[in-house]
Amino acid sequence: MRGHAILRVVSKLLIPYVLLFALYVQFHGDYGPGGGFQAGVIFAAAFILYGLIYGLSALRRAAPQRAVELISAVGVLIFAGTGIAAMLSGGEFLNYGAFSQDYTAQGQHLGIIIIELGVGVTVAAVMVLIYSTFAGRGRS
Amino acid sequence: MTPSTDLLTALILTLLVGTAVAVVRMRGLFPALMLMGIFSLLGASWMLVLDAPDVAFTEAAVGAGVSTILGLTALALTARRAKTSSRKPWPALVIVTITGAALVYGMSDAPGVGDPAAPASNYPVPSYVERTDHDIHIPNVVTAVLASYRGFDTLGETVVIFTAGIAVLALIGGVAVSVRNPGPAGGRAGDGQGGDQPDELARGVEPAA
Repeated sequence: MRGHAILRVVSKLLIPYVLLFALYVQFHGDYGPGGGFQAGVIFAAAFILYGLIYGLSALRRAAPQRAVELISAVGVLIFAGTGIAAMLSGGEFLNYGAFSQDYTAQGQHLGIIIIELGVGVTVAAVMVLIYSTFAGRGRS
Repeated sequence: MTPSTDLLTALILTLLVGTAVAVVRMRGLFPALMLMGIFSLLGASWMLVLDAPDVAFTEAAVGAGVSTILGLTALALTARRAKTSSRKPWPALVIVTITGAALVYGMSDAPGVGDPAAPASNYPVPSYVERTDHDIHIPNVVTAVLASYRGFDTLGETVVIFTAGIAVLALIGGVAVSVRNPGPAGGRAGDGQGGDQPDELARGVEPAA
């Protein structure tokens, strides 16, 4: 898409706002609609738009394939690790109340923010991974 | 449901059926893919009418956005038109009609949208709604249920998404195959697994590391 000046300029203007909106949906998920899954998909959509307009090799420079593969696993580890951290703090698996003294709501809130981050990281990475794998097929 | 949302729902559902029929009848894959995107966007609007903005978000981003783009990248590797078949699959039509009629018949027993007497509205939902403010101090009960009360399910879902990524990578990642010269049918795992493959097929798309 080298010649499409309008597409290139408009997408370059839009991508930062798409990323910002994804972060808003991620970290505002406990107050408004949204959460890790939606935020991850929106975050990935910005990368996919970038890959679509500027080409796969530009996308792979911005988000190296190997790093994206690793990050997709990191999200699951954050989620499961939070559960195990809750066990180490004296609660049950994924009982975030154990993160605060006397099992108050603060621990629950903290746990939710962390696991939503894990969900968002995995979803965003897997979406980018699937796109770049699909787009890479057929190139020789 | 107010009369105006009823009208909106009827309009959106009519458009959904119309789009679905158009997609089925269409031979050109590119317009069919665009219509699938419109189908998802209509679905997202419907979810918004039903007060489910989370689902609408997801449907708009995944259904209308990402899967349309994945379809386009797949389309770049294949023909632009579906094969026409002279065979008329009448048995399939009979089965679909019977299944559809059974579903419509079953729907007559389902509770209405937002019915306070529906089983789903009585157990265990009220306790979540009542307890979220005390237990977690956040206003969004959906997040509280997904992340905390049903956290184990959400962990499972995240693992499913991760597995989907691994599966795509294992099936088509790592090995670049040109369109004219399709290699061994995508069953080989890439990234060093295919040690017995000929070199010209085993080359990576780009240095993976």
